[in-house]
Amino acid sequence: MNSAKRFEIFRMFFSIVIALLVSFVLIFLVSKQPVEAIVTLITGPFKSKRNLANVVESMIPLIFTGTGVCIMFSANQINLAGEGAFHLGGLVASVCALQLGLPAGVSPVVALCLAALAGALFTAIPAFLKIKTSSSELVSSLMLNYLSLWFCTFILMHYICDPQVGAASFKLPAESELITLLSGTRIHLGLFIALAVAVFGYVFLYKTRMGYELRLTGENENFAKYSGVNIVKVILVSQLVGGMIAGLGGGVEILSPIYNRFSWTSLLGYGWDAIIICTLAKKNPIYTPLAALFLAYLRTGASIMSRSTDVTLEIVQITQGVIILLAVAEQFLSKTKHKMIAREAKASLKEEEAA
Amino acid sequence: MANEIVLEMKHIMKIYSNGVVANEDVSLELDKGEIHALLGENGAGKSTLMKVLFGIETPDEGQIIMNGQEVTIKSPQDAISKGIGMVHQHFMLVPSLTVAENIILGVEPKKGVFIDMKKAVDEARKIAEKYNFDLDVTAKVEEIPVGIKQKVEILKALYRGADILILDEPTAVLTPQETDELFIQLEKLRKDGHTIIFISHKLDEIKKICNRATIMRNGKSMGTYNVSEISTDDMSKLMVGRDVVLKFEKKPIELKNVMMKVRDLTVYNSQGVLKVDSLSFDIKGGEILGIAGVEGNGQSELIDTLTGINKKYTGEVDIKGEDTRKKSIHDIRNLKLAHIPEDRMVSGCASNLNILENMFSNQYQQPDYSGKVMLKGKVIQKRSEDLIKEYLVKCNSYKQNVGMLSGGNIQKVIVAREFSTGPDIIIANQPTRGIDVGAASFIRQRLLEFRDAGCAVLLISADLNEIFSLSDRLAVMYKGKFSGLFTDVGQVSEETLGQYMLGLKHDEELGGVIYE
Repeated sequence: MNSAKRFEIFRMFFSIVIALLVSFVLIFLVSKQPVEAIVTLITGPFKSKRNLANVVESMIPLIFTGTGVCIMFSANQINLAGEGAFHLGGLVASVCALQLGLPAGVSPVVALCLAALAGALFTAIPAFLKIKTSSSELVSSLMLNYLSLWFCTFILMHYICDPQVGAASFKLPAESELITLLSGTRIHLGLFIALAVAVFGYVFLYKTRMGYELRLTGENENFAKYSGVNIVKVILVSQLVGGMIAGLGGGVEILSPIYNRFSWTSLLGYGWDAIIICTLAKKNPIYTPLAALFLAYLRTGASIMSRSTDVTLEIVQITQGVIILLAVAEQFLSKTKHKMIAREAKASLKEEEAA
Repeated sequence: MANEIVLEMKHIMKIYSNGVVANEDVSLELDKGEIHALLGENGAGKSTLMKVLFGIETPDEGQIIMNGQEVTIKSPQDAISKGIGMVHQHFMLVPSLTVAENIILGVEPKKGVFIDMKKAVDEARKIAEKYNFDLDVTAKVEEIPVGIKQKVEILKALYRGADILILDEPTAVLTPQETDELFIQLEKLRKDGHTIIFISHKLDEIKKICNRATIMRNGKSMGTYNVSEISTDDMSKLMVGRDVVLKFEKKPIELKNVMMKVRDLTVYNSQGVLKVDSLSFDIKGGEILGIAGVEGNGQSELIDTLTGINKKYTGEVDIKGEDTRKKSIHDIRNLKLAHIPEDRMVSGCASNLNILENMFSNQYQQPDYSGKVMLKGKVIQKRSEDLIKEYLVKCNSYKQNVGMLSGGNIQKVIVAREFSTGPDIIIANQPTRGIDVGAASFIRQRLLEFRDAGCAVLLISADLNEIFSLSDRLAVMYKGKFSGLFTDVGQVSEETLGQYMLGLKHDEELGGVIYE
């Protein structure tokens, strides 16, 4: 491993430590039982099988949206429609499960494929607009998320709503549910799908021709163009694949044992969280499970802490915020990095003189 | 007059974050009331040294001593408060504001919370009068000519109390008349006791106005000289370092077929300015066509068009008999065209990707290196290790990010990539700019080898030495046209070439540009 990579890992670790310290200080400031709160935050997730299972369950959607964002961001396509694609994927999978009446085994496969397709088409809208009108995908994708939310709510309320429950769909059939892997928990097959997706994302970006084109474009579009890469194709494919994975994630989530009806009437935020995952994973999908595990652990801990002490759940938001801030702040520890580089440059100057 | 030293920079070393050593042990001494030239080629480290002085960059080693006391300059504000002002080459003015508003920006006279505009105008007028600058302070900056804008910049610095003025290539944008006027004003400022650092590479101007000159080359200082005691020849020698005469074993030319045919090529840039003016030429396999010329005379636009980056042109570009108008960059590269780009960091590499990833961007589609979908990782890895050895790239491994290499080694990565495809046509735009002697001579040698093997080479270079020693035919580009073409390169003197480059000489009829 070269020194630059080592430095990045060190920097990431340092960011997390600082973020946790900041959160601890805040807990001390606001809580009457700070030590207890911190201990619960850290050890809570290990306290019971259920808590531990909670961590794993909440990891799953994060891996999906995180991988999707890694792919789009690697191509420097700052498409934030993963949020809306996830939501839409959930709806499409639910509708398929409810309406198609397919047998067990087939039903979830078809539902998930269609969810992925819906997600892909959805995130392709900003890509298409960018190619045709050179509008910023950042702005159009942000706006589109609301379109997705209200479209899904409309379909929910008018076509699949169970009048006896209110703002939720009819009960999803058992045939479509993803099987539970561990009895007594809700850890489901989606975990394997998520891990497979992370591996797929890694292979796609780092081992295929297309992925190489994506990364070339993402790192230096001028260079990619000069080398003969078809930039239009990169813009489209990166966002199609990114949205496909986010849509699949939405489908997996809704078909999991955690939900038995489609009841999402507000955005769930997995699309935003994906940006944190992508930042922690340094845009490499293979690290998204680790990043998702960390975030899920932190959130489960915070949720337990908020239930058993006087510190609220939102404290993790601050931790996340500080991590992101430090991780993306290029100047953070830049002096240390510069010293390292200067030392190497001086050493090579001396070598040249000697030669 | 006893020399009073106002400022000393001692043993300044500046290493950029990509590991490039921009200043290596540079020292500079300024006497009070002198105009001190800082002379050097592009990339010699002049701007870096001034950025250090103006607080934009922090030096890695060295001291700055002002009036006998060591100081650290942390930011431009800090520099301004210490009496240092800088006029950048590209003006830092707000076009929609008036001259007076620009002058007072950041140090506005206040009336309560509001800006006292009347006082602002008065003060601006007062300072303009004090230094004899004749200008209308109520005019909007976007409406005034370039020469006046520069005066506004100088006034801005003076208004903030600058004793030491740094002027970064101040005459680059001026007409000769404006330049004369500027010199009169600078002379006045000098007599008032201001000290001026005059960054330039125009020797006659330095002769005209400067007292002393510090000459920089390759990040190092070549010494400080009294301008009256050094000839322009010696100055240019120190600056360019042409004492190392390039000698290459050049085999007799063996011409093959026409590889590239250009007819009546006309290109306008995005601002609608005519950059290439009905240019026609041919290049055959086995020869090097050199294009000399002052930067900005259409070279970049010509290259962008030949390589397919620019598609907006009239005329014809044929490569190996095929019209390239409808061909993408990828298609053109598939005709075995290699391109060493002018600016290696802008389009020549991706600095955050590793050496391997930078070496295959033009050939990963080849069946040797990939199937329909997957890259052949092992083959690529082996090949890049071989290329690193063959092209003597100094690095830890192929996994190192290109941005961490020195300029010369980055250039070697680019050259390795471009040459490893076995090209028939090479377009080399400034192939050795700003890199060390060893790497430069390595790349030149390679270009000659390709020529001998029957490859057509188009070489654009600002390095006259390089262009003289490599070219078989030599064209000079001036205002989008060839002002001259020499088939017998050995007979051309630098002086003659210079006259063509500056448009003093111009041949209407060019013999030997095209082969019929």
